[in-house]
Amino acid sequence: MRYQLNVNGSTREVDAEPGTPLLWVLRDELGLTGTKYSCGVASCGACTVHLDGAPIRSCSLPVDSASAKSIMTIEGINGPIADAVQQAWRDRDVVQCGYCQSGQIMAAVGLLEGNPSPNDAEIDTAMAGIVCRCATYVRVRDAIKLASRNLEV
Amino acid sequence: MSVQISRRSFLKTGAAGVAALVVGIDARGALAAGHQETVVNPFVRIDRDGTVTVIAKHFEMGQGTSTGLTTLVAEELDADWNHVKVEFAPADQDKYKNLFWGVQSTGGSTAIANSFMQYRKAGAAARELLVQAAAQKWGVGEEDIVVSNGILTAGSKQGHFGDFIAEAVKLTPSGEPELKSPDQFKLIGKLELPRKDSVSKTDGSAVFAMDVKLPGMVYAAILRSPRFGGTLTSFDAGSAQNVAGFIDAKALPNQAGVVAFAKNTWAALQARNALSAEWDFSKAESRSTSEMIDAHRELAASPEYNVRETGRDEAQSAIGKASKTIEAEFLFPFLAHAPMEPLNCVIEPTENGVRFHDGCQGPSTVQFVASHVLGLKPEQIEINTVYAGGSFGRRGTPTADYQVEAALAFALLGKKTPVKLVWSREDDIRGGYYRPMALHKAQIGLDDDGNILGWDHQIATKSITKGTPIESLTVKDGVDHLSVEGAEDTLYNLPNLAVGLSDFKSVMPTLWWRSVGHTHSGFVMESLIDMVAHETGKDPVELRLSLLDHGDARQKRMTGVIEAVRDLAGWKKGDKRGFAAHFSFNTWVAAVADVAVFGKRFHVNKLYIAVDCGIAVNPDVIRAQMEGGVGFALGAVMRNEITFKNGEVIQSNFPEYQPLRMTDMPEVEVTIVTSTESPSGVGEPGVPPTGPAVANAIFAQTGDRITELPMTRAGYQPV
Ligand code: FES
Ligand code: FES
Repeated sequence: MRYQLNVNGSTREVDAEPGTPLLWVLRDELGLTGTKYSCGVASCGACTVHLDGAPIRSCSLPVDSASAKSIMTIEGINGPIADAVQQAWRDRDVVQCGYCQSGQIMAAVGLLEGNPSPNDAEIDTAMAGIVCRCATYVRVRDAIKLASRNLEV
Repeated sequence: MSVQISRRSFLKTGAAGVAALVVGIDARGALAAGHQETVVNPFVRIDRDGTVTVIAKHFEMGQGTSTGLTTLVAEELDADWNHVKVEFAPADQDKYKNLFWGVQSTGGSTAIANSFMQYRKAGAAARELLVQAAAQKWGVGEEDIVVSNGILTAGSKQGHFGDFIAEAVKLTPSGEPELKSPDQFKLIGKLELPRKDSVSKTDGSAVFAMDVKLPGMVYAAILRSPRFGGTLTSFDAGSAQNVAGFIDAKALPNQAGVVAFAKNTWAALQARNALSAEWDFSKAESRSTSEMIDAHRELAASPEYNVRETGRDEAQSAIGKASKTIEAEFLFPFLAHAPMEPLNCVIEPTENGVRFHDGCQGPSTVQFVASHVLGLKPEQIEINTVYAGGSFGRRGTPTADYQVEAALAFALLGKKTPVKLVWSREDDIRGGYYRPMALHKAQIGLDDDGNILGWDHQIATKSITKGTPIESLTVKDGVDHLSVEGAEDTLYNLPNLAVGLSDFKSVMPTLWWRSVGHTHSGFVMESLIDMVAHETGKDPVELRLSLLDHGDARQKRMTGVIEAVRDLAGWKKGDKRGFAAHFSFNTWVAAVADVAVFGKRFHVNKLYIAVDCGIAVNPDVIRAQMEGGVGFALGAVMRNEITFKNGEVIQSNFPEYQPLRMTDMPEVEVTIVTSTESPSGVGEPGVPPTGPAVANAIFAQTGDRITELPMTRAGYQPV
């Protein structure tokens, strides 16, 4: 079936089977491979993208439900919050293998967009769903706080 | 993303003839330089615009090696860090072998250790040539030239590296370039040196094998036997036909499974799930976990091998004189590595053979094994190494398991179509190559003054390498060193220590898992020492120090980390925190765990870590590896286990094999012991002391000794 998707600010046409998770449409059809597959069952957050501004698990969202909505991926995020988050990630050298980090960043941007200065408990709530097998969590937390501070000034 | 193949891109030469200077140490150990075509084994390339590219012979799974190798070259070259890039080397064992093993592979926390001099020399050789070239061009003495941040200066004359390429390629390197002394280091040991992979891994552009897409590529997923060692007898692809995008299903020629081919990843996984198959389980592992535990217990009771010089009878006769004995049994489950990127790779035909795109941990093994499978010579197998989304050991199997699957699938399609083999998370959790189950049994005899008289220690576990092509590397006189490391070679002076070993036998494949045998031996040794301290009323730190001798260099460095973490954590006698220290991969790590315990629930608040890994090449990467090692260990010891029912793995995905999450992660404070010794590894050594430090803290507060992992088995729930 043919779908019209609004991805990263532009309209893209794709052929996909109804029910195909958005993740695989983004990756295999649109070549947006920054969004990752790791569990496929909404348990790790590697596939996190923004749907109408809110972080969601693209591995568990059928493409059918994503058309007519605005989809933002790691390749498309921009603006002061995204910039601050990505910069903080680099300043703190958060990444190790990097495979989870698109998801971490998408979740962090989503968090700061709704709550510019989250406390530890709020960071936990927003980030607990995003698994990092390299256990970069100390730095993820640190980088979120750094981005938050940098956005204040 | 469609990936352009950078096939030996460093061999390309620009129209001008001299596009770059390439320097390396060739197979004979001599330095070679010149036109790119004539240079063997390049580690360093310098382009006309002055950009330096370091060719990394080790892959990057997150451990920071691509930054580390780059640091070594940039240091000796006096390059500008912002103009240094890194590329992964092609598969070429002669040129890019791990100097410790003679084959091209990454593991055992050896990347920096084996490359330390090699990559520094490569950088120094390049610098030497540039200086000679500049001296000639400017008509000045070499000693008048200063190199700093990628710029050469002599009086009022100045130029960047690229300005001297044309002259430099005509020169012959001396063979023994002068290296800096440690006090001249500007980059090595510098805390603020950004990782080379930070930018591409934060904007989605870093390429993992999972992201590789080639024209005409077909996606493959495999239905494997639900029990290890089962063989396919028949299959039915009926329902797979209904999956849109399904192409075909074919049995693997080795009867290990059925491959579903499809037009995209989702279709391949769906089609695979729709396959049904019949298996012959006559040679398969069909036991349940409880039977496997019983088998280990029985094996430990009568060890097959005596590992040390001290015999069991000697240990027992010493224990016979004891006024007090400690006895304990420790049990460790099978564990999956579960790297964040599920296993996958791409294979495509080339004019002369094939090319893999892979987050490749062991290029030499892949070349060797895949060439057999495909009837090619090893050198006909090219490997484009890309970033690996974690490994923890899993991507480096002695059997090249998933690359062989890809090769077989590729052959089934006629060897003309590029194939991407994808594992799902379920495939990964159920796919074997686990950290083997291990059971330790120990008896320790103490005299009236609390001195250790004898220590009788038996281990039962499955050998990781027996029956694989690398058996001879780790097995001696029947003993797989990987089964007993960390116990038989403990740094503590333990009188009358006997270590026995028995091999658990199973067709289930097992594998090194971040810190290998130390994953269990470290836990056991450090728990036992804690038990001795408790029994004898000694402070755990004081006891450890009393078992180490300053006359022995390795024991002295152990003392160093123990004292360092004691001071960092402000450890006091009667402390209710947990202490552990362990030596592995030539690195010493000591840990203090601060754990809050509420009844049977606990939360790990903080780990203090002291590490001695020789010269700290990238201190921040070392810290990151300690943080990561702590987290990786903690997730496993708290709640991870692979269990079996009639040979079938019970867990299948993260909901049942729950990884460590942000809410579980303790604060980690790291101190790096200053050292002038050669650098040693940091990827693994943070793992072994973490678990016992936490368990010892739980004991200090509750009197409960955790001897069975994960801790949830002992009734302790992380919160
Ligand atoms: S891949 Fe979507 S949550 Fe894990
Ligand atoms: S950086 Fe490797 S999984 Fe997070």
